[in-house]
Amino acid sequence: MTGRSITVVSLRTGIVLVTFTVIFTALMALAHRATKDVIDASAEEEKMKLVNEVLPAAEYDNALLADHIGLPPVEPLGLDEPSQVFRARRNGKPVALVFEAVAPDGYSGRIRLLIAMRASGEVVGVRVSQHKETPGLGDYIDIRKDRNKARPWITQFDGARYDESERAKWRVKKDGGRFDQVTGATISARAVTNAVGRALAFAAENREKLFGLPSGSKL
Amino acid sequence: MDMSVYREITHNGIWKQNTGLVQILGLCPILAISTNVVNAVSLGLATILVMAISNLAVAALRNFIPYEIRIPIFILIIAALVTVIDLLFNAYLHSLYLVLGIFIPLIVTNCIVLARVEAFAAKNGAVASTVDGIAMGVGLVLVLAVLGAMRELIGSGTLFAGIEMVIPGLEGLQILPAGYPGFLLAILPPGAFILLGCLIAGKNWLDARKARRAKVPSAPPVAAPAQA
Repeated sequence: MTGRSITVVSLRTGIVLVTFTVIFTALMALAHRATKDVIDASAEEEKMKLVNEVLPAAEYDNALLADHIGLPPVEPLGLDEPSQVFRARRNGKPVALVFEAVAPDGYSGRIRLLIAMRASGEVVGVRVSQHKETPGLGDYIDIRKDRNKARPWITQFDGARYDESERAKWRVKKDGGRFDQVTGATISARAVTNAVGRALAFAAENREKLFGLPSGSKL
Repeated sequence: MDMSVYREITHNGIWKQNTGLVQILGLCPILAISTNVVNAVSLGLATILVMAISNLAVAALRNFIPYEIRIPIFILIIAALVTVIDLLFNAYLHSLYLVLGIFIPLIVTNCIVLARVEAFAAKNGAVASTVDGIAMGVGLVLVLAVLGAMRELIGSGTLFAGIEMVIPGLEGLQILPAGYPGFLLAILPPGAFILLGCLIAGKNWLDARKARRAKVPSAPPVAAPAQA
């Protein structure tokens, strides 16, 4: 084969590869564009559904998703991107805060949590909104996957209150704390428990500001 | 092509060349997901879809793909198709997506898809390739279902736990007494290896018995190509 024909073959091969790349990238871009609105809408709907799970809609009478303040990336919440705190009120009086937190140390990566905390500092409810824990093993932290339907693991936080003087108790039992874990999948429970504790400490500490600032402002 | 070709393809996919028991391909999702029946079968169904579509696409485009760069192009096609399927599921079959969603991207890592594209779709027509993708997928679903059922039953004493997320209204079955403490080994990956080993042994035994009955000297067990 002469040098020239090798060049021609290489060029042709390169052009074919580029053509395939362009066609299939365009296919993905088109699919992304065609589905984006529908996916965003259902993500929003999911969010509201999840909020209703941590905080019953009967507890407040304001437009929850419209009453929010922005948070910078806060270390105790485990978030590395800006987030929002939603404020539930009844007759204008503060009822609860709804905010997101992340447990960075799950068994397979980050576990996203949604937490509702009463103005008194008590937990209304906690739910896992995103996780990659092992199916059938660590995924009991997600209430839908929990086999214990009567008393799902995540509900043991309901009504719990974070107290600085009892810092040591806010741990799973295996670490000497007061919260259960499921044997063989302690890491998932430990990550969630510690993250909820850190988030509550942060929210309780900044309670005045989180409730007091006008909607739309930033902490 | 006549029907016997398709029968051969189907027999290959489901029994003779079963992906889970003979080719031992795609162990990563098999071991990770087969902790219960519902997860295992869900992943299997998503795999059937991806295999059928990628086999179809590659077979249809095979005359445009230069031999030297076929592998990157196959990977490109599979990854693009999986992304599109993922997006379409998310948008239009959202409740199903919530169940299968985490499995669909996992399928890209399943070398069985690339293996069938390379071994079959690159050399055969579009229809035969689609049938091959489906048959291989069905063979995988069967192994996943049996493995999932064994691990779930031994590990947690239930069957079909979580089915209400796929088919609302149905409930999982508690097979062993409610106080069953569970057997962690079956849930953990080593349990998957052990039980998969039992399944492979069982299949080889059935084949060997059939060969003996046919009075043909039993072929020595073929060493399966090991691959993660």
